Amino acid sequence: MTGGRFLAFLLAAATVAFIVIGTLWPNQTGMSVADSKARLMGSASSPEDAVNNLMQQIVRRNWEAAYSSLANKGEFTESEFIRDLNGNYGSLRTYANLDGFDVQPLHATADEAQVSANLRWASVVGTFDDQRDLRVVRNRDSWQVVWPIVKEARMAPQVIPVNYLRWDVIYRGAEDDWGAQDVEGPHVRIVAMHPVDRGGGVVILGELLNEDVVPAFVTVKATLLGSNGAALASEDSFDKISHVLLPKQVSPFRIDFRKVRLSEVDSVRVQPSTSLVAASADPVIGIEGQKLNPVPDPSLTGELVNQSGQVVNVAHVIGTFYDNSGQIVWVADEYPSRALLPQTPVPFTISLPADVSSKVGSYRVVATSFSSSRFQ
Amino acid sequence: MRCWGTFLCGLVVVAGAQSWGQSGGLRFPETVEAGTAFSVLTTGSGEATLYVAGPGDALRRKIQLGQSIAFGQEDLHNAGHYVVFLVSGSSTQSAQFEVIPSRQPATLSFLAKPSRLPVNLSNALSGVVYVFDVFRNLVLQPQPVSFELSDSTGHAQSRTATSHNGVAWVKMNSAAKAGPAQFQAVAGNIREKRVIQQVPGDPCSIRMSARGSGHEERVALETEPVRDCNGNAVPDGTIVTFTETYQGGQSTVDVPLKRGVARTEMPARNGAVISVASGVVMGNEIRWSGGL
Repeated sequence: MTGGRFLAFLLAAATVAFIVIGTLWPNQTGMSVADSKARLMGSASSPEDAVNNLMQQIVRRNWEAAYSSLANKGEFTESEFIRDLNGNYGSLRTYANLDGFDVQPLHATADEAQVSANLRWASVVGTFDDQRDLRVVRNRDSWQVVWPIVKEARMAPQVIPVNYLRWDVIYRGAEDDWGAQDVEGPHVRIVAMHPVDRGGGVVILGELLNEDVVPAFVTVKATLLGSNGAALASEDSFDKISHVLLPKQVSPFRIDFRKVRLSEVDSVRVQPSTSLVAASADPVIGIEGQKLNPVPDPSLTGELVNQSGQVVNVAHVIGTFYDNSGQIVWVADEYPSRALLPQTPVPFTISLPADVSSKVGSYRVVATSFSSSRFQ
Repeated sequence: MRCWGTFLCGLVVVAGAQSWGQSGGLRFPETVEAGTAFSVLTTGSGEATLYVAGPGDALRRKIQLGQSIAFGQEDLHNAGHYVVFLVSGSSTQSAQFEVIPSRQPATLSFLAKPSRLPVNLSNALSGVVYVFDVFRNLVLQPQPVSFELSDSTGHAQSRTATSHNGVAWVKMNSAAKAGPAQFQAVAGNIREKRVIQQVPGDPCSIRMSARGSGHEERVALETEPVRDCNGNAVPDGTIVTFTETYQGGQSTVDVPLKRGVARTEMPARNGAVISVASGVVMGNEIRWSGGL
């Protein structure tokens, strides 16, 4: 009986002690789901605190609190602030969540500071970074972020004439005789293929040409064969390819084998497969201002310009990189996070491995688009 | 269902009791053409049951021995090997015969591959014909089959082939003129048609021109009507790639042909070299010096 009372007293004492500890020194790791360096929200006693607080509100999609904490909220509406961060027009950004952020103070004075914030967004096609240089100003005892709003350019109201061109397919019926005529599948041809050793694995790089007069839905499957002719591994190109090829269009492809060494491979079997697909020849996307940037941040940058009148929700940019002899040395891609509005440039950056960038002599970029308003 | 089960069991029992082959006085012809009426004389007296089994066909009839067994035109029509049993009390007679396809073609299964091909290719189009009689039996006797490929201009090429084991095939050339072509196969008085799309080949000598656009900082590019090396207009939707190369960078755009030409606008940069290509075919190059 005495032992039971002692245990009850011990439990009560421990409970009180934990409550006191939790009140005085609250646990921050549970709060900072996005950033281990984040501090609890409250009044921002430093520029970093102000940025951290803002990022935490963005992580929680607490747009109202985030907007109200800004120093320059009079310059734009809350809706514009949300669109700047969260995208619109069904872009990739509208389906993304802020997965993490890094805050780096640049310089500070008594009343103003510059802080660099790198926002890492997670989407279905991977992560993308959003780098913002933030000005933080002192407002009496606390600090507030001056948000560098990126307002989307708006096209003047106009009518853009488009000679809409699309293909539809009618197959033979199920009740037709086996000898009855059916539509011919599209003919494609692999015009280049190059296996490379990369990171202890094998990467198959190549290009595919639709040599037909109809659109093709294409995939490429590669099988690595050992010296005895046995298949070592088989993979397909997944999203490192432009799957819908219009007539005479060329797409690069890249197939990664992470668990096979090139020294084990005797030959490679590459099989393109095609099917007819209903497709449209629009929108046309110009890829302007392409520029190769050297180390320390090797990349190919440029701008996508939607030359058509319809909004492109999600674009996919694929770069093929060649050495000076014309051999493919790398294929890389990027999904810009913003929608392509008509005639409005949207920047893109395709990152390159540092060792590859030194070999690149020329490059070629293609863009594909996905529009929710278009059946394809 | 029960009737067929009894019938098949009866066949198994009879087959077990008798060796396969002709026995007794049952005399069937060795071969019968599918869909032919014929009769067989029986001997003896009394009632008997006749069983006939073949590929896809089975008959059971009550007959009077000593009379003829008559088969109508629709009774036996699947070609193949047939067995006959005549069961009367404890005695059984058996016979075998072949039903052969009719000599007269009735339908053709015509495979024309590919159904779409570029112009001016030699032996690129194959036509394969399977010859069937009216009962869909493959006609195994050699049959002359003529093939004719005629294009929209009326130009035609013909080939003749003789079927072997029911199949005849030829290879044809595609015409130089693009457009739908009619490919037909004829056996006897049976005719089967397919439509073949003869499409233009790769673009030939793509030429473009450049001029200042309405916007000062843009250059308007337009190709001449794009044709293949046989003069056929390359179909709309074919992708033409414009590439502008300048010091330190480049711009590209993939443009589909519309009404035979591709047109676009690119940034105007003095000294830039603008090239045009479609697939693996290169066109001309222009050095842009502005305002031309």
